[in-house]
This record gives sequence, structure tokens and C-alpha cells, in this order.
Amino acid sequence: MKAPRFEYRAATSVAHATELLAEYDGDAKVLAGGQSLVPLLNFRLSNPAALVDINGLGELGGHRLGADELHVGAVCRHREIERDPQIAARCPAIADAVAQIGHVAIRNRGTVVGSIAHADPAAEWPGLAMLLDAQFTARAVQGERTIAAGAFFDGFLSTVLDPTEVITAVTFPLPPVASGSAWIEFARRHGDFALVGVGAVIECADESITSARIVVTGVSDTPVRVAAAERVLHGAQPGEALFAEAGRVVATQVDPISDIHGDATYRRRLAQVLTRRALAVAADRAA
Amino acid sequence: MRISMEVNGRGVEVDVEDRTSLADCLRDRLGLTGVHLGCEHGVCGACTVLLDGSSVRSCLLFAVQAAGHRVTTVEGLADGAGQGGLHPVQTAFMACHGLQCGFCTPGLVLTTCELLAEDPAPTAEEVRARLSGNLCRCTGYVKIFEAVDRAAELMRARSGTAAAPAGAAEDTR
Amino acid sequence: MTATDRGHRDEWVGRSVPRKEDLPLVTGHGRYVADIQLPGTAEVAFLRSPMAHARITGIDVSAALAGEGVVTVVTGADIRATVLPFTRFVDQEFTPPGLERAAHPVILPCPMPVLASERVRYVGEPVVAVVAADRALAEDAVALVDVTYEALPVVVDPVLAVQSGSPLVHDDITDNVQATFEVRAGDVDAAFAAAPHVERFNYETQRQAASPMETRGVLAVHTDVTDETTVWTSSQTPYMVRTRISEQLGIAEESIRVVVPDMGGGFGPKVQVYPEEVLLAHLARTLGRPVRWIEDRSEHMIATAHSRDQRHTVEVAFDDSGLITAIRDDFLMDAGAYNPFSITCAYNSAVHFRSVYQVPHFQVRGRCVLTNKTPNGPYRGCGRPEATFAMDRAVYQIARLLGLDPVEVMARNLIPADAMPYPRGMPYRDGQEVVYDCGDFPAALAQLRALSGYDEHARARQAQPTSTAVTRRGIGFASYIEGTGIGPYEGAVVMLDSLGRVVVRSGSAPHGQSHDTTMSQVAADVFGLNPDQIIFSAGDTSLVPNGIGTFASRSAVVAGSAVLLAGRRLEQRVRAIASELLEISAEDLVVDAGYVHVRGDATSRVSLADVYRAALPGPQARIPGGTEPGTRELQYFVPPTVTFGAGFLAATVSVDLETGGVVVERIDIIHDCGRMINPVVVEGQLQGGILQGIGGALYESVVYDENGQPLTTTFMDYLLPTSAEVPEIRQIHLATTSDRNPLGVKGVGEAGAIAPPAAIANAVADALRPLEVELNRLPLSPPTVIEAITRAQR
Repeated sequence: MKAPRFEYRAATSVAHATELLAEYDGDAKVLAGGQSLVPLLNFRLSNPAALVDINGLGELGGHRLGADELHVGAVCRHREIERDPQIAARCPAIADAVAQIGHVAIRNRGTVVGSIAHADPAAEWPGLAMLLDAQFTARAVQGERTIAAGAFFDGFLSTVLDPTEVITAVTFPLPPVASGSAWIEFARRHGDFALVGVGAVIECADESITSARIVVTGVSDTPVRVAAAERVLHGAQPGEALFAEAGRVVATQVDPISDIHGDATYRRRLAQVLTRRALAVAADRAA
Repeated sequence: MRISMEVNGRGVEVDVEDRTSLADCLRDRLGLTGVHLGCEHGVCGACTVLLDGSSVRSCLLFAVQAAGHRVTTVEGLADGAGQGGLHPVQTAFMACHGLQCGFCTPGLVLTTCELLAEDPAPTAEEVRARLSGNLCRCTGYVKIFEAVDRAAELMRARSGTAAAPAGAAEDTR
Repeated sequence: MTATDRGHRDEWVGRSVPRKEDLPLVTGHGRYVADIQLPGTAEVAFLRSPMAHARITGIDVSAALAGEGVVTVVTGADIRATVLPFTRFVDQEFTPPGLERAAHPVILPCPMPVLASERVRYVGEPVVAVVAADRALAEDAVALVDVTYEALPVVVDPVLAVQSGSPLVHDDITDNVQATFEVRAGDVDAAFAAAPHVERFNYETQRQAASPMETRGVLAVHTDVTDETTVWTSSQTPYMVRTRISEQLGIAEESIRVVVPDMGGGFGPKVQVYPEEVLLAHLARTLGRPVRWIEDRSEHMIATAHSRDQRHTVEVAFDDSGLITAIRDDFLMDAGAYNPFSITCAYNSAVHFRSVYQVPHFQVRGRCVLTNKTPNGPYRGCGRPEATFAMDRAVYQIARLLGLDPVEVMARNLIPADAMPYPRGMPYRDGQEVVYDCGDFPAALAQLRALSGYDEHARARQAQPTSTAVTRRGIGFASYIEGTGIGPYEGAVVMLDSLGRVVVRSGSAPHGQSHDTTMSQVAADVFGLNPDQIIFSAGDTSLVPNGIGTFASRSAVVAGSAVLLAGRRLEQRVRAIASELLEISAEDLVVDAGYVHVRGDATSRVSLADVYRAALPGPQARIPGGTEPGTRELQYFVPPTVTFGAGFLAATVSVDLETGGVVVERIDIIHDCGRMINPVVVEGQLQGGILQGIGGALYESVVYDENGQPLTTTFMDYLLPTSAEVPEIRQIHLATTSDRNPLGVKGVGEAGAIAPPAAIANAVADALRPLEVELNRLPLSPPTVIEAITRAQR
């Protein structure tokens, strides 16, 4: 399990990174945290001509929590988000989710943006991106563009990103302070990829729900936002029965895949149960 | 590619292929065979090293990426200050039968070092969660948990703060 | 005469002495096979079959040979004349007469090539070896080898494999049944005819991978000067490796040295001798440079033996009180494409099936069935967890049918204490009649019942038989019995070195079991030394002429006894030599703290170094008349048969009815492993075994698709329990001294791993009451639990 030969190219600036990606014309991969890419290399399931290392680019590091958005640079590690208590206070769903990504050594190295670019349908960050309507900034030699999460994921481990593009940052608009959010997932063991994960955001006014968002991971080739279930919640009074109904709607809306860890029937059931549970936690957290 | 990095407190220069993992570099080029390869896909944790003080899988990092960084392996832990020159975490693993075959031990010792550096009095739940990225097939982990508790005591004693009663330490958090 | 005079103290045995082996291991200075660096070593990588079953129609290695850094590329055809295939695997294949008479085993030849050249029978079978300057280059060249295959029909399911018309894994084994046996005790047919109740159950234990954290690995070097081939290998059985290399390369065992360095776990699959060990010895001899192969994890998951994988059909005859009068068991073991261990695991299942219960009439047929999968071998427990799962689930199921408390039904069927020693009417694997040697099972069960809080739990459930809670708690019990310390023998050398130190060498090499510490405790008591003063080594065929290995909970029993006996002989000899030096009767001398002194006068003494020098050959030798010079004793301990460890285990679980998630909250175990040499080491063995048992109960499963493609080749898909899945574990040690070995010990290495799957399944069934769930297939993954709930609700 030794990686195949590749050329290692350390980028010295974002512009340089895009030039390198252009130079290899689609046959280079961006190396950030490497926690998904390097196993693929070690298994020889990926064989790029070059790796463009962006870890040295200070301008892509760090995160910034604003009043109504969270800005995360391309080499910001999961652990940095996990250890910021203000993020947990401002948007608990993010803290719920990030704590469930792999293990500490993985979170120390793996990056938020790398996880999004890898686009594993069971992963937390792609789901959070969908839940919060994140915006990605992608750069190529030709220029920069912004891609909305809803238009980004186009299949299993597949996105609309061109291989010559690099995501430089992601911005997560944050739900209002008075909202409640939660991320709940079910995995075989601690730290495993979830069989199913559900993220929920609820806003209430005058004891009824004014806005609700539900995203489910692990049930399709991309994370799925379930509008039909959100509609059930709009204008209704929060409560167990309502959340259970939303769960039932989710179960009718998803068409999960089967694998050795759980078949479609089971995943659909999980989606239903976890939706109800996530909504309950989110509602509880709503002011 | 020729790279220089700091390994266990010493500056080293070494020629590596681009594709050489940090683990292979440390093992084969620098003779630090306490870095063990148990899976080479980032799950087992046997190859854990500290990179600038943070635990990482050295099988998922290329040696070239460590250029200019500080790497600590289990060989670099014994600082002469503790019992028999050992780091308190090493002492505690020995005292509590926290190892059997020893293959996972370097990774677990380093993960414990990072944990206790961040939190001198972790709760039992925290310990269980923190160690879950380091697979051990021999011990059933029970005596490893005991070793982590013992190490925390030793380190608190060593840092001068008298070991607080277990309950008190948690209450302050 | 005092104990001391017999060379036997009890100062160290029985104490939780800190381990001697830890210092290098915690500082990163262990030496595992991959850590040994010899100059000029070439690395080997294998091309393994990607097909479950195919004919090889062509192999083109020309591109690989031209690859960068490639030393050579070897195919099966290249070694046909020089390397024989495996026709024998382990020495246990010998069927002793007692077993032959009682079980009539039929075992068909099933030779396994070192490199497949005509046909491949499982994904992972080695086809081509590439030797290159380093492992990465070897892997590069493997990708350049071009093998063409013609697919053959595949058989994956052992139940289908035994049906007529199934594809054949080996053409001359016409029903895919490579080995079979049938054994009975009592009059089963009459018991069934007379029984008020007869029920039939099916039980399935999944295929597992033992998954030591260190994969396999081999380093071989040949030295022309001495014409000796040295092989370092991560093996539980270095002597068997030596024998296989000798047989298959046609060289004398005396020219082969096999060394097991530090080893990162074994658990069973490293008992087998593998093609890589034989081939690397051959390559070292032909290439004239060191060669090394370190298995990677994705290879390990397909190239190293799997285990378990049994399907039992069990008929139980019982009365209204739940007393089981007879059992018929008919089972298949999915052996994979070859069956290196013959009936070893399957016969273990048969002989341990009745566990701690009387079941006076018993009949069992076991069949080892070939399929297109990785070969199946032993894994911690070796046939016992499978049998226990069937037996103790059956006890619970009949209790349920009768409306009785399952633990009461367990108790009702136990062998009473006053019936010991208890014959079982059938032979063990070694051909000797099975006679449980000792133990008070009813008292042990009662103790565990109290410890686990079962009665309170049962009362609470009775008070409130139904619940609306989403999370339910259950307690389940299981039992186990284990023949430990199997022979045929183990060897030890105990000697003085030139500095007068006591040196102990064992034929059984450790991989985590703490041999250095425990064997040193045994020797320390003989010589009046501290265990730290004993120089211990093992795992090197040049140190002890013959040995067996470390597996089957045998080392403390057989190797420990060999050390004790060799030590006692040396102690006598040391006193006899000192008697010549001090001119006083040996009876009046005491060996203590590195000296031999006159009893009651510690100043009249000679050192052990003096004794060593006095025993050197030559005219000045001061040795007792009629003896040879030297202070080295070699002893082989041959046990009369196994000694039986036993115990009970209670699992407390919580089950999430909505997700099917099972959390093991607590495991309570009461066990008898005889006299304990080192209680903390015993605890460590139990805890490790228990967590592996939890893995088998809930998480681990080797899965193949219908084409024989393995789907669990990474640690992301094969789920080992992590620290987050560990329950609270409480233990009660019973220590009934065994009279089948001089130490009075029983083995404990496998004990923890046997009962958890049965206990956890019983606990989940208990938690889900009043639903009647079928939980007869492992692992109890969340979807399986949900499926069982859904079925029961219909």
C-alpha cells in the first residue's frame, strides 16, 4: 500500500496553485488535509500526475465568525472549528457535526473545504453546507466564481468543480440567533461515517414554526435537502407528533442506496427516526 | 527531494521521494521504527506522531509535507525527567499493564500525551472518545483507560499542581 | 523437608508483577519483523488473484521484469521443480487413534500451491511474486504483470456448496466436503423418542478476521558460509514454519533457523504456515540477498486466514422443566478454498458444544465445506464461540417456549459439583477421553447472578412486563468451557550462563501474553531470584530444539510447566555441583539469590557463576559422578490431556428500538483458569478477549458478494471495536487448581472471547421482551436487530 508516483508541487500562492492545476490540465489533485485523498493513493485507487499542496498558503488558513456568517479558509482544519466555543454557541449543529468527524488525529489534519470537495454523501460538511446554504469560492487561472452548495454536488464523490479549480474558501450563512439547530447521526461505531445523518434548523415565532430546514446524508449520492418535510413544519406548532410526521415525510422522499452496513429499508427508517430526533433537539434549542 | 525538519528536537535533513509517506521516512530513513504501520489508510492509529504538537496519521502525510515542521515520535518522548527517564504517560502504561503486544502502544501513548496537554483532568467519557482513533486488539482498552488516569495524576503531580480530588477537578470545568 | 528445599517457593507465582517486556515497547524500541533492517534487503510484493475462481491462461511478466528496481519476478511455473506445494499444513492434522475410533473423520487431501499457476480459487491467492529494491517499486511492477484468466463458476455459500451440481472448488472433492466427522455420546435416538418437547433451531456465526494490529511479515536471509537460512516471521508457530520450509524446499531442519521477533498480536491466523514464509526462504536461498515481505492491511484482509463461519442446525429434546435430555447438532464450517486446519476448529465446536451442561445424550456431525473464499483457520476460541452461541441461545429459546426464566433453565442443566471429574463420553482432539477435571458450576452461576444484578432486573421486569421506552435494557447470560493446554508437548531450556545468571528459553513465543514476566515468575520461585533477574528468550528455533507454539490457551500450561520442570532439574543439578564444591550433602543446600548456601549458614556458599565454571568439561570438572558436564537442562512437558477452564458471562445491554443500535453497558464474568501466575496479566487476557467477543457479537463481519468478491478489505468496512465501545467489565476469579500439570494452572488466553456473542444475543432478546425475536445470526448489526423486531411484530 505505497502511493504511486506523482509529482509533489507546493503552491506558493493561490495564483500559483491555479497555474499548477492548469499546467497538469486536470491530471493534478489539490492536496489539503489529505485524509481522504491519501488513502485513495495508498490503495492505488487514484493515480494523479501531480499533487498541488496548498497547506503552505497562510491566506487560506483560519476561520472567521461574523454576526451572520462563518467564513472558513481552504486549509482550516476540522479541529479548529471544533475548538471554537463561539461557533458551538452560535450554531450548535456545526459543533454537533464536527465532533463526529473521524477521530482527533483526523480532525487535526483534515480540512472543512477538503471534505466538501471530496463530496462523500455520508460526510458531515457537505451536509452542513446544504443545510446552511453555503457558498464556495472557486479559483482557476481564468478567474474566480462563487458556487452555491445546492448547485455544487452532482453525484457520488463528484462535484461541478473543474479539476483545474481550487476552492479557496467557504462561507456558511448562519441562521438567526433565535433559531435552533442540530445535527444527529447514527454510525456503527464512534467516529465512523454515518449510516444516516440529519441536520435541522428551526425558527419559531409565536409558538409556531416560521422556517425549517432539513438535510439528510447517507441516503443518496449527495446530501439531500427535503423540502416536502420542511413544508410540513411551516406554520405548525412544534411538537413530537409534528416532528414524527416530518420524519415520515422524509422517509417517503428519500431513495437510499444499500451497502454492507445497511440496506435501503433500514436507511429510510433511520432517516425517519433521526429527522424526528434532530427536529426535537433543534426546537428545544430555539429560543 | 531534500527536506529538513525537526524530529524529536533535532534538525534532520533527508532525501525522500515525493511519494514517500512521513511514516516510511521516519521508519526507513531515520530508523524511528516505533512508528508502526497497521493499516496505511488512516484508521488504526499505530503510525500516530505529533506534528507541531498535534496528533496526525503519519501514513496519510507525505514526508515532503513535514518539511519545516516539528515531528515528535514515541522515541522522542522520554525526557529524562520522570521515572527511569520516561515520560509519565510511558510510565503509566507500564504500571497499569496498558499494553500487551505493544504494536498500538506508541500511537496510544502519543494520543494520550496530546490529550493530557490539552486537558490535564479528562473525564472518562472524554478519554474513551479521544482514544477511539487508536485501535488496540489485545487489551480491551480497560487497562489503557487506567493508564491514562494514572498518567494524568503523574503529570499533575509533576507540574506542581497537587492532584485534585477527581470530583473537584471535574467540577471546575 | 520445606518447600524451599524442593526448589519450590510461592513468592512470585500468584503476584501481579509488573511486566518485564514493556520498557522497549513503550519507548518505540520494540523489534517487530518490519523493524529489522539488513543491508541489501530486497522487498517482495505479490500479485494476488482478483478472481474468486478462474483458470490461469497466461502470465506475462516481461514488462514487470523491465520495471525500475526490479530484481526478479517469480511465477508458479518458475518454482514448480524446487518448491513443493503444501500437502500438510499443521502438525495437528494427525488423527490420534482415540479420535479415529470415536469420530471416524474423513479428511481428503487438498494441496495448496505456494504460487497458483493453473487455477485460482479465492480472491487474494498469491500468483506472482515481484522482488524489487523497495516495496513501492515492487508494487509498481506488480501492476505491470499481465495475467489472463478464464472465469470458472463460483461457489460462495457453503449451504449451496454441498448441494449436487454445485461448482467444485477442487475437482476431486466431489461434494466440496473436504473433511467430516460424526461423534455421539449416550443414546440420542431413545432420548429424542422419549422427550416431551423437541425443537429445532438454526444458528449462524459469521466469518471474521482476527485482525492483529501487526499484519504478517517475513524476512529471510541465507548465509553461504554456514549454509543456514534464517527466517524472521510474525508467526505463532516458528517450529511448524521450520518444518514446512524443510519439507517443501527439501532442506534439513538443521539448516533452517526460524526466529519470531516482537510480534504485534496473533489471535489464531498466525498459527498457520503460509506460502509467503516458504517462498521467502526459497528466494533468499536463490537470490543470495535478504528478502523481505511485509503484508499490508488490504492484503491481510484477503490473504490471511479468516475464521468462525459456521451454520448449525440444532435439535433439542427437553422436558417441561427445561431439562435438556438430548441434542443433535449438524453443522457446516465454511472452510474457504483450502482447509489448512482440517477438522481442528470444527471438532472443537463439537467437543465443547455441551459446555457446562449435562445433556446426557449428544450427537454431532461436522462438515468442513470448500468455497471460493480465503481459507478458514483458528481465531481466539477456535470453534468454541460458535458452539456456545448455539448452545446458550438454545437454552434461552427453550426457556422462552416453556415460559421459564432462562437463567433458571441454565442452572437446572448444569453439571453438579459433586459429579466432578465428569466424563463426557467422547474424545478430545488429542484422542483422550474428555473428562472435565474440576469446578463448581452451580456455585459460579449463582455468584454471577448476584454480581450482575439479574434477580433485581428480573423482578422489575415481572412487575412491569411491557414498556413504552425507546431504549430498553436487558441482561443475558452465557457459559463456556475450554480445554486448555493442548499438547503434544512444549519445550524449555533452563540453564546458567557464564555470569551465573539463570537463563530460561521457551519453545512457545509470546505476542502479548507476557511470557517473559510469567515464565520468569515461575523460574524465580525455583531459584530464589527476582523475576527481573531471569534472562528469558523465546521464539527462536535455535534456542530450544523442538517446540510447538503459542495458541489454544496453552502456553502457561505447557510451556510454564516445561519451564518449571526444567528449572527444578537445574536446581537439583546446581545443588549437586555445589555439593561437590562445598563438600556437603546436596540435601543440606539451598539455592537463593544467586548463591548456593548451606542451610542455616548463608556464609558457607558458592555463587551460581562458581557452579557454572565447576561444571565445565575437563579434568577439573566438579560434577557428580556419572553425569555429563554443563548446567543446562532441556525438558519437554507432555500433558496427559487438556485441563478445562470454565466460566459464565453476563452482558447488560441497552437496545434502541428505533435504530436497532445495541450498546453493551457492562460485562460481568466469573471464570476459573486454575492457579493464576499473574492476576493482572489474567485480567488483561480476559478483557482483551471480551472486547473481541463484543466485536464478533455486534460489529465484525467479513462479507463477500455473490461473485466471491470480498467487500470488507479495509478497516473502514471491517469494524473492530474501539475504545468508545468498551463496557464496564467486572471479574470474579475462581482458582481451582488443576492436577493435570505441575503448576496447577489452566489456560486463559481465549476464555474471554467465547461467551460474549451468546450472552449479548441473549441480553438483546431479554431487552426486547415481550417480543419473541429471533437473534440467531451474528453479528447483531443495527439492521439485523430492526429486522428481528419487525419480524416479531408481525
